[in-house]
Order: sequence, then C-alpha cells, then structure tokens
Amino acid sequence: MTKSATRDPLIVRWGLTLLALAFLALFLVLPLAAVLVEAFARGWDGYVRALGGDDGFAAIRLTLLVAAIAVPFNIVFGLCASWAIAKFDFRGKSLLVSLIELPFSVSPVISGLVYVLLFGLQGWLGPWLAEHDLRVIFAVPGIVLATVFVTFPFVARELIPLMEEQGREEEEAALTLGASGLATFWLVTLPNVRWGLLYGVLLCNARAMGEFGAVSVVSGHIRGLTNTMPLHVEILYNEYDFVGAFAVASLLAILALVTLAAKTALEWWHRDELVATGH
Amino acid sequence: MTRSLWIDDIRQVLLSIVVVALAALALAWAIPGARAAETKVLLNVSYDPTRGLYQAVNEAFARSWKSRTGEVLKINQSHGGSGKQARSVIDGLAADVVTLALAYDIDAIADKAKLLAPDWQQRLGHNASPYTSTIVFLVRKGNPRRIRDWDDLVKPGVAVITPNPKTSGGARWNYLAAWGYELNRSSGDAAKAEAFVTALFRNVPVLDSGARGALTTFAQRGIGDVFVSWENEAVLALKEFGDGFEIVAPSVSILAEPPVAVVDKVVDRRGTRAVAEAYLQFLYTPEAQEIIARNHYRPRDPDVARTHAASFQPVRLFTIDDTFGGWTKAQATHFADGGVFDRVVAARK
Amino acid sequence: MAAIALPLSRRTRASASVIPGFGLTLGFTLFGLGLIVLLPLAALLLKAAGTTWEQWGAILGDSRVRSALWLSFGGALAAASINTVFGLLVAWVLVRYPFPGRKLVDAFVDLPFALPTAVAGIALTALYAPNGWLGRVLEPLGIKVAFTPLGVVVAMVFIGLPFVVRTVEPVLQDVDLELEEAAASLGAGRLQTFARVILPAIAPSLLTGFSLALARAVGEYGSVIFIAGNLPGVSEIAPLLIVTRLEQYDYVGATAIAAIMLTISFILLLAVNLLQKWRRARMGG
Repeated sequence: MTKSATRDPLIVRWGLTLLALAFLALFLVLPLAAVLVEAFARGWDGYVRALGGDDGFAAIRLTLLVAAIAVPFNIVFGLCASWAIAKFDFRGKSLLVSLIELPFSVSPVISGLVYVLLFGLQGWLGPWLAEHDLRVIFAVPGIVLATVFVTFPFVARELIPLMEEQGREEEEAALTLGASGLATFWLVTLPNVRWGLLYGVLLCNARAMGEFGAVSVVSGHIRGLTNTMPLHVEILYNEYDFVGAFAVASLLAILALVTLAAKTALEWWHRDELVATGH
Repeated sequence: MTRSLWIDDIRQVLLSIVVVALAALALAWAIPGARAAETKVLLNVSYDPTRGLYQAVNEAFARSWKSRTGEVLKINQSHGGSGKQARSVIDGLAADVVTLALAYDIDAIADKAKLLAPDWQQRLGHNASPYTSTIVFLVRKGNPRRIRDWDDLVKPGVAVITPNPKTSGGARWNYLAAWGYELNRSSGDAAKAEAFVTALFRNVPVLDSGARGALTTFAQRGIGDVFVSWENEAVLALKEFGDGFEIVAPSVSILAEPPVAVVDKVVDRRGTRAVAEAYLQFLYTPEAQEIIARNHYRPRDPDVARTHAASFQPVRLFTIDDTFGGWTKAQATHFADGGVFDRVVAARK
Repeated sequence: MAAIALPLSRRTRASASVIPGFGLTLGFTLFGLGLIVLLPLAALLLKAAGTTWEQWGAILGDSRVRSALWLSFGGALAAASINTVFGLLVAWVLVRYPFPGRKLVDAFVDLPFALPTAVAGIALTALYAPNGWLGRVLEPLGIKVAFTPLGVVVAMVFIGLPFVVRTVEPVLQDVDLELEEAAASLGAGRLQTFARVILPAIAPSLLTGFSLALARAVGEYGSVIFIAGNLPGVSEIAPLLIVTRLEQYDYVGATAIAAIMLTISFILLLAVNLLQKWRRARMGG
C-alpha cells in the first residue's frame, strides 16, 4: 500500500501539530494550570484544610446525589429518543431533534428561570405547592430538575447520529430471524453504540456535576443543604477564600480528568474490537 | 465474530454505570451532612458579607435558646446578593427571618409576595436595623492618589471601583452616599448632584455585579485606585488581603441601615414565630451587639459603641430618610429602569 | 465505514418497518421532552406573551438590551468561527499525525465540558487580568482582554472548543484514505485533495460542531461574567441582563429578553438542522 500520496510533508505535519498544540495549551492547559497553582498556593496542608468542613462535605454529597439521579434518567431518555428517531421515519423528525437539542442553546440562566416561573411562589404551581408544604425549587428536587434540563441532550445527542449511521439492516435481520424486539435492542443495537453511549454518559455526568448558572437560580444557597460543589466554589470565592475556592474547583477538574482517563483506558483495552467494528 | 464479547462489554458498561450511580448514592448518604435530627430549624436568608457575623450570632443564640427552653436549635444560613436573596424569598425560599442589605429589598418581599406586613420596619427598634455601617474608601498603601474625600473620586484619571447599583444593594448605598455628599455641598441642587455622580461613574472602569466581585477586581486584579465600600467590608479586606491597602473615611457619608424582619407567612406555617422573634430581639442584646462590633458593624447599643469607639472612624452621617425620603422613593427615582442611574450610565460612554 | 455509502443505504429504506418499540420510545421521548423542557419553556413563553406591545417596544428600543443581545450573538458567532478553524485543525492533527502523548491531548480536549463554568471564568480572569500570567504580556502590547468584549469572546472560545473537535474527529477517522489516494493519483495536489475530497465529507459535522459551539456560547453565563467586566452597553451579555432584570423584580423584562434569546437560538438550530437535511438529500440524490 502506498501511503506517500496521503502523507503530508514533514514541515506541514510539524507546523500544524505545533499550532494545534499551542492553541490547546493557550486555551486548555493554562486555565487548568491556573486552577491548580491557585489551589496549592498554600501547599498540600492548605489544600486539604480548604477541602474540609461540613459545608464542603455536604456540597460533595449533594452533587453526587444530583448526578446519580440525573445521569440514569438521561441514559434511559437518550436511548429511547435515539431509537425512535434513528430507526423510524416520521413527520417532524427535524423539529423533534431540534427540540431535544434546545437545552444546549438555552442559556443556563433561562433554564433556572423557567422552573422559577413554574414552581416559584409567584409562578403557576407555586401557591398550590406551598399550600401542601411541598418544596420543589430551593430544595433538592428543583436542583435535580434544573440539572436534568441542562444535561438533557447529552446522551441523545451522541446516540442519534451514531444509530442513524448504523442504519437498521442489522436490526431488521435480527428481527426477521425471530429475535424479540428487546433482544434485538440488547444484542444488536446497544453493542453498536456502546462507545457513543459511554462518551455521552461521561459528558452528561461532568455537566451534571459542574452546572452552575441554572442550579444557582433555583438553589436558594442554603449552606449545608442546597449548595452543590460549583455553588460552593462561588461562595468560597466570594468569601475571599481563593485557596478554598480553587481547591474545590480542582477537585471537580481532577474528577473530570479521571473520568476522561477512564474512558481513554477503556478504549485502549478494547482497541482490537474498535478496529473490528470499524471505528 | 466476536458478538458475544460485545454483549459482555455492553453489559459491563451498563453494569458499571449502575454500580457507579449506586455507589454515588451510597456515598451521598454516608457522608456526614445536615441530616442529623434537630429539634428546631430556622433559616436566616441574608446578604453576602454577614456570614461571619451570623455564624457567631447563631452560635450564641442557640446557646441562649437552649438554656432558656431546652430546645436544640439549628440555624441555617443562606447568603448572596441582597436583591437576589429577596427574589428567592419572593419565589418561595422558606426564610423564617430575612436580614438584608437594604429596606427596599424587604419592602419588595412585603409588596410582591405579601409574606410580611408592610409595617415590618416599625416592629423592631432603630428602623429594624440592629446594626449600621457606612460607606468608606479603600485605597492602595500610601494613598498614592491622595484620595481624602468624595470630590477626589471625580478627578480625571482616578479609577474608581464600585459594583453595579442595579444588581448590588451595597452599590446603591455607594451611589446615594456620593449623591448626598454633592447635594449637601451644593445645598440641594439635584442637577449638580447628578453631574457629580455622572463624573464619578465615568471613572469606573469595571462594573461588577456584586460587591464581592468588585473587591476581587480591586484587590486581586490590581484594577483601580479606590474601592468604594461598606466599612465592615473594607476592614475585612484589610484582614484578607494584607498590607497593600488602607482605609480612608470621607468627611460625609451615608448611614447604611441593613434591616432585619421575621417573615410572617413562613413562621406561621412552620410554627417558628416565637423562636424567630426571639432571634431577632437577641440581636439588640449587649451580647449580640458585642459580636456585631467585633465583626466591624457599628453597634446600636451606646455602651458597646463606646467600648469600640476606637475601631470606627468619625464620619458625619446622613440618613436615607432625611436626604432621599426613604428607600421606595430613592429606588423609583434613581435605580428603576429609565431612572437617574440609567442616565448616568448612558452619559459615561 | 464509508461515509459516502451511507446516504444510499438510507434511500433504500422501506417505509413500513418491522422494528418494534416505536410507540413506546417515541412516547417516552415526548413525555420527557414535554415535562422537562417544553412545559417549563411554555411557561416562559406564556409569561412573555403577556407583555404588551408598548413593553416590547420599550425593551427592544433600549440600547442597552440591543447591545447586550448583539454582544451575546456577535461574540458567540466570532467564538464559534474561531473554534471551527482551530477545532478542525486540532481534529486533523489528532487523527492524522501520530505524536507522543496524542491520547492524552485527545482526552484533554473535553476539559471545557468537565470544568464548571464558574471555575473556568475565575481561571481565565486570573490569566488575562492585567496582572495575570498572560495579561502581563498582552497589556504592554496594547491588547486588553479581561473586562472587554474580547474577554467575552475568549471565554466563549474556551467553553465551545470541544464541540467542533468532537463532532469532526470521528468523521475524519472514517474518511477513506483510498479516496485521497485516488485523488492524488489523478494528479490532485494535497490542498486540492483536502478542499475537494476531505472537506465535503466532513462539512456536515463541521457545521454541526459550529452550531453547537455557537448555541452554547450564546447562552453562556458562568464563565463570561467573571471576565467581561459587565459594563452596560459595552461588555454586558444578554443572560446577565436577564439576571439583572430579575433582581429588580422585573419579571416581564427578564422573560421578554429570555424569549427573544430563545427564539433566535431555536431558529439558528432549526436552520442548521434543515441545512443538514437538505445537504444529505442533495448528496443522496
């Protein structure tokens, strides 16, 4: 096989690679470095001390809880939506896809605002909820709802193009051979999209844990009760506890890096199959 | 064909997602939090800089409440920009008491959500403000720009840092203090006062949305020559940011009265009226006034004020009621859309 | 998988499908969509619909509102364009030029997705402020980033960066090398091959990435407010104006601006989706 025709001159390769790396260094590495440098400004002891405290633990707790609810919901929703959209033809599909993607383009501030308009005391359902002593906003349910809203498209968005690309011949073949619908989904479709699914889940989780704007509007900022980690970062920052703020921030960043590393490792382990499946 | 292998994989992936989700739930449950059963819980919704103050006050009050009634009390705190906090209460944040930066924000709660009686400010002494503060200047060490009084802020080339009065309660006090100074000097000429404030805001290079962000801009980012600030915030900044700064008190400034109130509808629903009222009354006791003074707010209690007189610079103070006819009027004239402040901002371009 | 073959297979689809579960999955999709997204947004639009014509006139006539909307959409357009160029470059390098640490760099691209926006804002401000690592270098050159519209664009570039890389990368991987070789053997230069063979193949994904980056940047709040300086009429973004209106208890003003943003965003997204569909149809036919 002659590769020379598709190979660029060395100088072009190096030039482009360096340019790309410089761009990434400027926009990705430097901000991350800034977070870490600030977080460790008072050494390891200062870092550990900054992370401690009941409020800090409560924030971590709430963040985990919210992600543990929002992510599974989005998995189920994403699978359903991509199945319906990719495997069937129906009118208004473009509209439906656009609607699913809509939360991407809705400002986080608006995402929070809509729930305030709906569940707030001045909103549609607020007075009724207050009468029955039910709390939605300024409590955990509101934070979960806002998080689901902003992470809504993540899994679906990954799966729809992937499933569309796979077509439906394989499923149709399986069904003609007598497999049940569920078995087809489980044995044919899911294996084909698993990497996309995993990637979507990772992104969904990262956003669920890191969401700021929307959650900030519906949180109420009660210490130890309705503060998530990003809100805790803001609070510490506002208390001039920069080391603390950047320490919690670095925890979120490290968490994200770990999940990204996990994804990379997983792909590496299964690289033979990835080649086999044509990825 | 390695089909069976793929199935194992996808099972693995789904299983690990489930396991991680469950682990997160378990972890969330296991981490010690505020779940411990308290006999009574109170929520104090306050503004940004009062966190340290109320932490100390809450501890003292919980102790006194326990010795009086035997009840264990837990007071939750929520802090943020004053306007944002008021809006949260209006939208249903179940605050038993509100302790905000300005009366207008509590008026808004009474007016828009009818959660408390309109006469709330008469229910406690001193305009329902158990502590006061004033507006002073924070300048860089050695005061290189030689800033002494308000008229130094309008000189060309002086960069002034203040948050946006539209979003920050504290910044509204800043604006009104500057206005009142010029109004006083020109014996009541509103046009002159507007020109003065316009010139001042022409010197503002960055308009942060809150006092905290503005101070960070000034202290951390090194922008500006003078930071217009609440006195207690300025003292706090000296402590947090070290030696690079000093405080300058102007000749005249405004008496900032951050008010407190019990939210009637909430305490009646939750059955917490007695403890909420006791909590606010506690703020007027010598014990709480002492804590207040130590947190750099000016105490109302004359004895405590005398003890701490050395820590507060003498400033001639005017009130918002005398100079502006109260908050509602000041808000409508200056800060409502299409008000004087909009003109000031439009003119600074 | 050959990207070119796809549209053909799609055309041969039968309209009556043997695949089950349409009702169930579409039903759940519509249910979730309705409950989580559409109902709350309907509340917003209904609230905005209560706005009188005079109020709309006042809101749209306000130069502050207009310049905030202009900054949000114009800045996002600039940032998405930068991201399209550099995102393509990054994806190209990652796919075509193996170098040590490529996997690491690849994983790193997702950082803006993972880093909470508020943290990004704080970090970028720390970098670009006049006394920051980069600001110190740029300031003497007369380039002010923090607290100017340029800072807004920088933050928007940061948060939108992974979108283009992530949408282009898999497609680029699928581009058939043989096609390139064929083009080369027919005498096409490298640039010509890129423009005639590769670019058309990745154009849809490039467009998708662009639209996602654009949509994200338009609404961005957390990272921008720290670096913008928020001067009304100069560096104040539309989402901040919504928050400002809210804090003045001006629900009408807040929802009206929100509705305007929402409408423009949705039209943009719909246009991109239709463009994709039209393109696919043209390629398929």
